Amino acid sequence: MKKVIMGNHALSWGAQLGRAQVIAAYPITPQTQVVELLSEMCASKTLDAKFIKVESEHSAMAACIAASIAGARTFTATSAQGLALMHELLHWASGGRNPVVMGNINRAMAPGWSIWTDQNDSLSQRDTGWIQFYCSSNQEVMDTVVQAFRVSEELMIPSMVILDAFALSHTYEVVDIPDQDKVDGYLPPFKPPVRLTPSDPHAFGGLTSPEHYFELRYKLQKDMEKVPDLVEETGREYEKLFGRYLGQVEDYRCDDAEIIFVTSGTAGYTARVGVDQLRQDGIKAGNLRIKMFRPFPFAKVREILPRAAKVAVVDRNISYGHHGVFYQEVKSALYGRDHDRPPVFGYITGLGGRDIMPETFKEMARMTLAKDKPEEDITWMGVKR
Amino acid sequence: MKKEKTMKLSLPTDELMSSGHLACQGCAATLAMRYVLKALGQKTALCIPACCWSVIDGPFPYSSLDVPIFHCAFETAASSASGLKAGLEMVGDTETTVVAWAGDGGTFDIGIQALSGAAERNDDIIYICYDNEAYMNTGIQRSSATPLGAWTTTTPVKHFKNRPKKDIDAIMAAHRIPYQATANTSYPEDLYKKAKKAKDIKGTRFLHIYAPCPTGWKSRPEDSIKLGRMVVQNCIFPLYEVEDGEKYTLNIKPREKKPINDYFRLQGRFRHLKDEDLKLIQEEVDRNWERLLKKVEIGGQQP
Ligand SMILES: Cc1ncc(C[n+]2csc(CCOP(=O)(O)OP(=O)(O)O)c2C)c(N)n1
Ligand code: SF4
Ligand SMILES: [Mg+2]
Repeated sequence: MKKVIMGNHALSWGAQLGRAQVIAAYPITPQTQVVELLSEMCASKTLDAKFIKVESEHSAMAACIAASIAGARTFTATSAQGLALMHELLHWASGGRNPVVMGNINRAMAPGWSIWTDQNDSLSQRDTGWIQFYCSSNQEVMDTVVQAFRVSEELMIPSMVILDAFALSHTYEVVDIPDQDKVDGYLPPFKPPVRLTPSDPHAFGGLTSPEHYFELRYKLQKDMEKVPDLVEETGREYEKLFGRYLGQVEDYRCDDAEIIFVTSGTAGYTARVGVDQLRQDGIKAGNLRIKMFRPFPFAKVREILPRAAKVAVVDRNISYGHHGVFYQEVKSALYGRDHDRPPVFGYITGLGGRDIMPETFKEMARMTLAKDKPEEDITWMGVKR
Repeated sequence: MKKEKTMKLSLPTDELMSSGHLACQGCAATLAMRYVLKALGQKTALCIPACCWSVIDGPFPYSSLDVPIFHCAFETAASSASGLKAGLEMVGDTETTVVAWAGDGGTFDIGIQALSGAAERNDDIIYICYDNEAYMNTGIQRSSATPLGAWTTTTPVKHFKNRPKKDIDAIMAAHRIPYQATANTSYPEDLYKKAKKAKDIKGTRFLHIYAPCPTGWKSRPEDSIKLGRMVVQNCIFPLYEVEDGEKYTLNIKPREKKPINDYFRLQGRFRHLKDEDLKLIQEEVDRNWERLLKKVEIGGQQP
């Protein structure tokens, strides 16, 4: 069934197709339509789930974690301030190996109050042990929620499905919504290896001495390292069933590129337009959109980027006192590779919802191609100084 | 024929808590758990936030309880319990009693928002606060449950607690939850009865259990039971129930209301108080007691 829906509703549809059983969520602009549609889905019983209308995001995540420990499939959605409020519990979900799936709408952090997009909210949570997927279309949002349940539950690691405020959350696109039974064939019911029940009483998350804690974290990292292959495998399987491949990255015209942009989110979509226009102007550009940011797709990045003479990383975020986060990560992925390491340029752009246009990419290409190597650590595109 | 004398036990002998736990001597918080589990039975699941009880239970991979425990974040006892209940129901377990088991800090202070949320939604959980009147896990710091006049490590004797204990029971009554009660480990039958009653009611139920803590109160371990009886007899911590936020039932009305002095003198945390301080505190206790009697008069029953 094809439907024209907004990005937020793509999250709700993903949760319904995934048969989420417990939802606990709290409204925040620009996420509200996610919970509104889910409330309706629960009320009209198209989704058989308990929706706990909690009094905060903090309680939302706490309730999801506990429901997950009971063995239920759980979903929530939030944005910016709400995500920051959850911070302690993000560690709890991954540390406790509770495969909660959460939608996050990328919104700039206050102050000053901003409801527009940038990635500092979710990237501030990069070390909490969550898988992070950055989406660039409503179709991808919906499909990824379903895939995220599958990946998360297989490895018992929570996932965040991320989309840009307004640029995607409130943008209407055609989305192909698959049949429920076909999705059921792809995503089996959640059967955790252990769950909390009086018939087999255990204490979950109790006092853990240095003798054991270290190994718990080692195991989490080892399972994180399995995510790329699992995303590949489940993404191919999804393609077989539904005709849409869900991978770690999307490379666009990178094969013969002299300059490759590294992008994420909706900027990764705009980048393709920029790349096409640059090619019309005779500049061989390409775009590597990083969809899976945690775990970082090292293999893909190392395979694709060295094809070009130069790399320009586009960050809609800033790690104050360091660089853009994707820039840091790309440089670290290429570090130590003497032969096939193109110079990497870092651009900060689009903070607080400032538009990123195809022209922005043309400008970045011009600046990147004009120099042998970056002369400043990061370049702020269009900043009023 | 010789007539055989039999002792009638007032509490079941089944134990869901074993020895080997990590509590201090004379810790009433452990008694509270033991009695409550006798009433709730094995089909119980606990959400325990950071508090003494997250240590008392024992370190991984041990547990001193025969019921499952989710050790949750400090401020999430109620929200975790709500989620656990929903999760269990969605996997087909509608029978298990889900309990949030938190200290006074996790209840009166950092967890009050989640508790208020769950109570307003009337989520089907029992919230139990064992009240040792300070943050004991972290080394005896004041909480909003710490009584007027008390020493703690953050209210040193030169600057002892100068505000009265927060009336959490009135706050919970304002949520119009179906059942709430105060209880005390020195009155185990009463505590048992209340936990049992709570078990059979649907919706949010709240038990506030007074739990002497020798370590934090600088009292003798052997005085924990005595202190629990005194605090009812002097009306500092009356035993009562509230249904739907309105119907008050006073469970014990002392024939003669005892002065507070003896109770205060048994605890090092009050040692610095002068007679005139105690007089002011007595006035505060009297006011609270009169207020409670009025509530009972308006919407309830006297014993
Ligand atoms: C968010 C957060 N802040 C602070 C702490 C530290 N902490 C752990 S237990 C505790 C006090 C608990 O007091 P209470 O709830 O009264 O239980 P008790 O230890 O007295 O049994 C504190 C402050 C924490 N674990 N989490
Ligand atoms: S500090 Fe107090 S409450 Fe904590 S275990 Fe010791 S006696 Fe019990
Ligand atoms: Mg305490």
